[in-house]
Amino acid sequence: MISSAQNTAYEGFSAFLERNMNTDLLRFTTAGSVDDGKSTLIGRLLHDSKAVYEDQLASVKKSRINRSTGPVDFSLLTDGLRAEREQGITIDVAYRYFATPRRKFIIADTPGHEQYTRNMATGASTADVAVILIDGTKGLLPQTRRHAFIASLLGISNVLAAVNKMDLAEYREDAFHKLQDDFLVLAAQLGIASVQCIPISALEGDNVVDRSRRMPWYHGPTLLEHLETVPLPERDSLQSFRFPVQTVIRPDATFRGFAGRIASGAIHPGDPLVALPSGRRTRVRSIVTYDGELPQASSSMSVTLQLDEEIDLSRGDMLVSPGRLPKVSRKFHASVVWLHGTPLELGRTYLVKHTARQTKIRALRIRHRVNVNTLAEEPATRLELNEIGSVDFETHVPLFFDPYSSNRTMGSFILIDSATNATVGAGMIQESVAAVQLAEEPEDEFAASGRPAIPVAPEERYARHGHFPGVVLLEGRAALAERLERFLFDLGLEVLHLSRSEFFGDAFVETIRVARTAGVIILYSGGALSRETKDRIALEFDNRFLDAAGAPELLFDEEQAVRHVQAFARSLRFVDERSKIQQNVN
Amino acid sequence: MTNASEVLVRQSELEPGRAIKMGTFAPRRLNHLSALESESIHILREAAAEFARPVMLYSIGKDSSVMLRLAQKAFFPGRIPFPLLHVDTSYKFPEMIEFRDSYPRQIGAELIVHKNQEALDAGANPYSLGTQKCCGLLKTKSLLDALAEGGFDAAFGGARRDEEKSRAKERIYSFRDSLGQWDPKNQRPELWNIFNSRLNKGESIRVFPLSNWTELDVWLYIHAEQIPIVPLYFARERDVVFRNGSIVVIDSPAQLLPGEKTQRLKCRMRSLGCVPCTGAIRSDADTVPQIIAEMVSFRRSERENRAIDHDEEGSMELKKREGYF
Repeated sequence: MISSAQNTAYEGFSAFLERNMNTDLLRFTTAGSVDDGKSTLIGRLLHDSKAVYEDQLASVKKSRINRSTGPVDFSLLTDGLRAEREQGITIDVAYRYFATPRRKFIIADTPGHEQYTRNMATGASTADVAVILIDGTKGLLPQTRRHAFIASLLGISNVLAAVNKMDLAEYREDAFHKLQDDFLVLAAQLGIASVQCIPISALEGDNVVDRSRRMPWYHGPTLLEHLETVPLPERDSLQSFRFPVQTVIRPDATFRGFAGRIASGAIHPGDPLVALPSGRRTRVRSIVTYDGELPQASSSMSVTLQLDEEIDLSRGDMLVSPGRLPKVSRKFHASVVWLHGTPLELGRTYLVKHTARQTKIRALRIRHRVNVNTLAEEPATRLELNEIGSVDFETHVPLFFDPYSSNRTMGSFILIDSATNATVGAGMIQESVAAVQLAEEPEDEFAASGRPAIPVAPEERYARHGHFPGVVLLEGRAALAERLERFLFDLGLEVLHLSRSEFFGDAFVETIRVARTAGVIILYSGGALSRETKDRIALEFDNRFLDAAGAPELLFDEEQAVRHVQAFARSLRFVDERSKIQQNVN
Repeated sequence: MTNASEVLVRQSELEPGRAIKMGTFAPRRLNHLSALESESIHILREAAAEFARPVMLYSIGKDSSVMLRLAQKAFFPGRIPFPLLHVDTSYKFPEMIEFRDSYPRQIGAELIVHKNQEALDAGANPYSLGTQKCCGLLKTKSLLDALAEGGFDAAFGGARRDEEKSRAKERIYSFRDSLGQWDPKNQRPELWNIFNSRLNKGESIRVFPLSNWTELDVWLYIHAEQIPIVPLYFARERDVVFRNGSIVVIDSPAQLLPGEKTQRLKCRMRSLGCVPCTGAIRSDADTVPQIIAEMVSFRRSERENRAIDHDEEGSMELKKREGYF
């Protein structure tokens, strides 16, 4: 304990404090099968690095359960839930924390048996390093292959193979070398760039934190030494600036800033930017933070950008550097891990969340499914829970993306079931699907499913579009209507601009009646309509109707008109009225 | 004592605020505190943008103080776009209430205070009900009522995964059904930093921006950012009694049980809860760096002094299933 009287100790502490505030953060995931001793390894790591408090250890020591052969069952330190303690299994991904003077660590501890693919993919998604446990008495098992494959799929380039239970293998050098050779062959097959194999005994503590005296033939680092010193991935291979807009900060009329977390690259005031989807060009005026304006900001920092010109940007849009743009496409090809008991169905509409953008999506084709035990590619028409497939997708509005291999944030997405709201899939974008290839796709894939013909109800269309039909009357303002049509279309709405002045009276009402059934939002810029016609339209559309003639200021201020129409479009939203997040409108 | 600027002066040793400022740097990986800060800001902004009516659970403790600072940063130069909610059991330390009534106002945050008045009127107290039942009425039920009354669909909480074993498996977006309950075996998978905020009517999500912070991280950040905290965290001579192995701070003679006599002891709180159920620790640490120094030499976890966690094995998990934070 330190008191202010002990000055020398205090100065030493000052250095300690300084060092602690500047350490790196390393995230790693652990994978292993039920009996590989993973929980024991983590318990040992936490205990030997002194991250376990005495009272926690005491509660483990006095626990009625001890599944280990030693005096303390270290795995109990990590089994958090009652069912886990009772059944001696690990159910869910658990996160653990410990620190050494060199680094801070976050462990995503994933169970080996139940839902292994789903859980391991979850743990690996944020990890820099994967620690894969191999039973030193058994050799490479199918699950080792599986774990290494999932790590490589999720983009982990650093793998540590911990060959455990060396105590049971009598600490034999040849046993370790055989496994090491086999694992290196597997890693090379999977394209894993950096591999370290370490012989350990989690139970006895050999080479976990402290160097083992029972394996003098091993000269490499201990497990903890490796984790403390392994070079962290420098940066993603993608260098171009990518900034998904999370929210707009507008405290008063004088300030408008776009808040987000930089997904890639670096930026300085004055740098040119392109806004997506509009394609408009602008420049950074300032990088605003609570701690003052910054001369530069780079990948993974949360900042707020002020721009030189006032351009219309909202959540889900993106600011990028003009040099190398991301792909802007509605169609792409991705690896998918299926996370839910209800399988992935071709043609069914899901929701996709990619960066801050959310829209509708459907799977067009499954190129193949990967057998995670043999790594063989097999044909498939759907993906079941814990299956991994290579899938072509089509979204409702374009996404702005880069391949997952060049940047995790820009290439990852989740799929949500819009009926149950469950997170059902996780995807890693490989590339955009070439237009030619898609043109060859059979169009009747959905018809071929042999469903009986059920007439399509208007509500089904509204549900698919995510909005009700509506009418905006902009009599005589074709240019404005055109601009609004583009704006709403880019937001993913079904919108149609009717400009021809020959529509009047009944013909017009008939036309828009068809549009209503089809679920379309009509922007009308033709000739003036009578009061009576307008009343009929309002009735036809359940008052989902905006008449600019009733708000003449809209016709003179385009920005205001855009905002007004946007608010109107928002009021048409079909699903989930409570949530502010817009599927397409925002 | 509770004046925030006085608290600030007490912390101004060792050039705080220097180490993690992002002023000039070469583009490289962020150090761990900056990385945690940036991740938390991202979470706060996502939730504020996606939910219709978020609220921030404000417990007045050190974690809440850090979360509040992160919210200021996330929406700067704008105001925090959601209210704070304090669930007041009426058994909190007077210093906590004083701090609660001054600091949020000082930074321009809106504060809602909610009490389960019905239970209090019926005489709910930990002495006769026991901690489990008292917590259930004055914290869990009170919280669920307050969330329902406010129509809040998301509530930020300052819980960290390193606090307790069952918290280690909690998502950053923790889904709660229409009764506010947590089902640990049926959580939404959470990959990368992409969060699923979809809800049906009546359901809600607890959002934990500090999930990946440890107790040490919280203190280092308080030091670096000079964040004001309740003076109970600093050691000074206080009137205490020893009760069931805990050091209980006594503010008024009414809190004494028959036969108890107070004595003076230099002590402080390591975490803040209700007066009867939060023990103090013997300590000389009266500055943030000294608290950090003391923490590093600690071998006992911070919730050890909280009676509620120890009533029964797995009791935190049971509380959480019922809707507790």
